[in-house]
Amino acid sequence: MDTTIKSEPLVAVRGVSFFRDGRPIFRDLHLTVAPGSVTAIMGGSGAGKTTLLSLIGGRLEPHTGEVQVAGEVVGSLPRKALFALRKRMGMLFQSSALLTDLDVYENVAFPMREHTRLPEALIHHLVLMKLELVGLRGARGLYPAELSGGMARRVALARAIALDPMMVMYDEPFTGLDPISMGVIVKLIRDLNDALGMTSIIVTHDVSEACTIADYIYLLGDGHVIAEGTPAEMQKTNSPEVRQFMAGLPDGPVAFHYPANEYMADIRAEVGS
Amino acid sequence: MSAITRVTAGIQHLGRRVIDGTSRLGRATLFLARLVPGLGAVLLRARLIVQQLYMTGVLTLVIILVSGAFVGMILALEGYNTLVKYDAQSSLGLLVALSLTRELGPVLTALLFAGRAGSALTAEIGLMKATEQLAGMEMMAVDPLVRVVAPRFWAGWIAVPLLAMIFTAVGILGAYVVAVGALGLDGGVFWSQMQSGVSVTNDVMGGLIKSAVFGFVISWIAVFEGYDAKPTSEGVSRATTRTVVSSSLAILGLDFIMTAFMLRGL
Repeated sequence: MDTTIKSEPLVAVRGVSFFRDGRPIFRDLHLTVAPGSVTAIMGGSGAGKTTLLSLIGGRLEPHTGEVQVAGEVVGSLPRKALFALRKRMGMLFQSSALLTDLDVYENVAFPMREHTRLPEALIHHLVLMKLELVGLRGARGLYPAELSGGMARRVALARAIALDPMMVMYDEPFTGLDPISMGVIVKLIRDLNDALGMTSIIVTHDVSEACTIADYIYLLGDGHVIAEGTPAEMQKTNSPEVRQFMAGLPDGPVAFHYPANEYMADIRAEVGS
Repeated sequence: MSAITRVTAGIQHLGRRVIDGTSRLGRATLFLARLVPGLGAVLLRARLIVQQLYMTGVLTLVIILVSGAFVGMILALEGYNTLVKYDAQSSLGLLVALSLTRELGPVLTALLFAGRAGSALTAEIGLMKATEQLAGMEMMAVDPLVRVVAPRFWAGWIAVPLLAMIFTAVGILGAYVVAVGALGLDGGVFWSQMQSGVSVTNDVMGGLIKSAVFGFVISWIAVFEGYDAKPTSEGVSRATTRTVVSSSLAILGLDFIMTAFMLRGL
């Protein structure tokens, strides 16, 4: 894996700061994603993981610093060039974001119909190939409302790879799935990445799944990268923040309690008022 | 709290409401400006507009047909009741036709359309936003303004004048059934009075212009509210309510303005 990480990065986040409602989400964030790798971005809820994907996809602009994807600075691209770049990126939303008025087949065909003038017979072949990859060729006539959470996410994955993108971003792909569906998604992400020669960025807080498939892990906290390394390095580290996150300890550097007044003083104040 | 602070708070509240309303109007106008290129682009994909015409127009037909028939029948009954006092019941056909083509057809159709289709448009777009379908399209390099909003806007704009014409026609037929069937008026008189008294350029075109304006405004409000909705269940429900309330008020206000202009011959 070391060889891939040393090559020119596909995604480079350099000194990015981003604020939402005056609250800093990122401060001087640096990270890179090597082509062909599976990179996991981890962190607690509210660490800005999804925001990071929006910055990479150009849906948000950083306040300082720059985000480069395939050599292009995303934030400053005109809309046309940004859309051209997005055709080469796939994204899997946590909610799957399937179009509810189209069936599974049409959902996967959607990007092809929008962006290509392929003949219907070829679209048919391509859609069935993509659905076969995720094991849902038999479900092509179903509507999103008829799918389980795991199936919906697999359809969304087939749609994300419909145009054979160079990179796929996964937003919390393991959340809310039963163990079997989770195992299927974990295997699919790794297999698709290797078979199709893609690059994958996974945003997640599921430690064990991330360690199973990621080549490299970034741990975000407090607006910047607090630790990075291969899964093995992350498991071995002695840093208390990383240990707390990787082992799932309820209290540690990240406190169990939200900042508040002293407990007894607070209770007396409530009664007194 | 003293009286002065209460008055100040009241004024502040009023000011905030005015500023909110004005900024909403500004946002809606900017949204329309952003939508205009999409409106042109989607014309090349007529299939999308036809689909939406079915969803908004054809599915609203039943309520339009039923309401139109009842309004026509009621007009005949009420009109006859008054006209007969002056022995002018032969003008019933004219009265019904003028009321329907100039006012009731366009206005009632627009109000019904806002309640039936406008609210559905807002809820649909708002829910697509809440379930990340619009964001998903953006990430697939598909502009939701072109793919989702523009066809719905066109469909609403086209559907309202067509529905208003159908409403008016069915209303006149309903009035005919009551007038000739139940009240014993002569059918020939009913039609000939209408033929001689209704002007195509003034009355029919005036009604059509009104309903085209209503169609534009309802569609604009409905798609804007949906696109601007907070992506939560409460946000979508508020947006849906706002669509119906704002559309209804806009329809009645604009109707007054347009009627004033049309009656003065402008």
